[in-house]
Amino acid sequence: MLTLECPYCGVMADETELTPGYEAHLKRFGPGSTDEEFEAYMFARKNPKGVHFERWRHAYGCGKWFLAARDTATLEVFGTYPAQSSAPPQALQDKIKAKRPDWKGYK
Amino acid sequence: MKRYSAFALAREALTNHLGWERAWANPAPKASYDVIIVGAGGHGLATAYYLGKNHGITNVAILEKGWLGGGNTGRNTTIIRSNYLQDSSAAIYEKSRSLYETLSQDLNYNAMFSPRGVMMLAQTHHEVRGYLRTAHANSLQGVTTEFISPQKVKELCPILNIDGPRYPVLGALWQARGGTGRHDAVAWGYARACSAMGMDIIQNCEVKGVTSANGVVTGVETTKGRIGTRKLGIVVAGHSGQVADMAGFRLPVEAVALQALVSEPIKPCMDVVVMANTVHGYMSQSDKGEMVIGGGTDGFNNFTQRGSFHHIEETLRALIETFPIISRLKMLRQWGGIVDMTGDRSPIISKTPLGNCFINCGWGTGGFKAIPGSGWAMADLMARGEPGPLAEAFDMWRFKEGRFIDESVAAGVAH
Repeated sequence: MLTLECPYCGVMADETELTPGYEAHLKRFGPGSTDEEFEAYMFARKNPKGVHFERWRHAYGCGKWFLAARDTATLEVFGTYPAQSSAPPQALQDKIKAKRPDWKGYK
Repeated sequence: MKRYSAFALAREALTNHLGWERAWANPAPKASYDVIIVGAGGHGLATAYYLGKNHGITNVAILEKGWLGGGNTGRNTTIIRSNYLQDSSAAIYEKSRSLYETLSQDLNYNAMFSPRGVMMLAQTHHEVRGYLRTAHANSLQGVTTEFISPQKVKELCPILNIDGPRYPVLGALWQARGGTGRHDAVAWGYARACSAMGMDIIQNCEVKGVTSANGVVTGVETTKGRIGTRKLGIVVAGHSGQVADMAGFRLPVEAVALQALVSEPIKPCMDVVVMANTVHGYMSQSDKGEMVIGGGTDGFNNFTQRGSFHHIEETLRALIETFPIISRLKMLRQWGGIVDMTGDRSPIISKTPLGNCFINCGWGTGGFKAIPGSGWAMADLMARGEPGPLAEAFDMWRFKEGRFIDESVAAGVAH
């Protein structure tokens, strides 16, 4: 079972306590955007086989949304961080880069 | 290829079964082909088969990174039905179901299609309205389904508990011509027929890159070297996004795990397929006597072909309430497959931004039932370069243009 540490309440939460929210750091496009921009925001997911950044909600705990870095090919968890982040923390990115030298960055 | 028949069986019985041929050849790749299909699962093999049978294109290679039929074709719960709400879905799934009816004769290989009937239980008033609507839509589409009473449900499947306190059975959408098939035999039958037409099925050959010139595909880089091609079909289910990335475009798909399991074998106790979408579990009994069980997908992106245990627990909890007699059954095997889910939960059979490169993906949790129809439509698209009536609604640009085939809303669950 997947276990993630909630960065708000500090609990090591089992997957059964959490609700997945899929890809993190999406740039939102709405009225006035082009069809391509809106499609990319709405449907075109990175869906990487490897390092992935996701939204999770501590639904049966403190209720907060947070973000997690995880490997979709091995299920290894690299770390979690608050949802109020426009990019993964540098320390986390460095940690991932050390473990996955081929990783091309979160963008 | 020697035909399988009662006569052949009798002949071999007299000669110690030493005369059977290998079902398909195991060739080394040639330098180039007219068509390369990536992925020797059911959909890829069916595509190749109908390219040969319907369009006379037989200079074809089917590349498989693992073993033939070892992906989702060998990992599903073998349910075959076509009771969809949207017209374009009903058309392709019904084509597929009707091809299954004669598949064994067509391939000269026993695919064990068993039209035992599929019932989808209505356990809330919302579901009753939904399935009534689907039954009406199906009658307009020429798909034979009917909405049946709880008494009829009990008659067709006596082991069902229709008086559950929380989710009593209020009726069901019944498709008498739906059923199950033998998943491996579908892959093997298509493979044997493709090989007999002179196509090359190349296993343990992983595609590592797609080469192109002037916006048109020219070949693939594989673990067995470069292979040239005039047309490329990507039919790889869970890894569609990865192969599309090699071809230089992005797909609206996400890969998640879907699990299934079987119980220890027991005596025959149900001869229909039952799907309970509100509590989210489905079950049928295999010829070996195992109860074949499936449920919903796991909730996060995953490429590991295994899922989380609590999803199995949730599925079984739902099914024990629905079928109380299975509560003491031991579960024998459990496995997972990686399914590619699109934004509207409908598949993609489409041209792509790369010339002469075509994609067939996004079958999500319901690909097995679609194998013959999907192959038929994909072969048509690849042979003519333009989609035919079965495929035209399923292009990959519908997400940009808002032409969804919204089966996720119609079904209420992944399916």
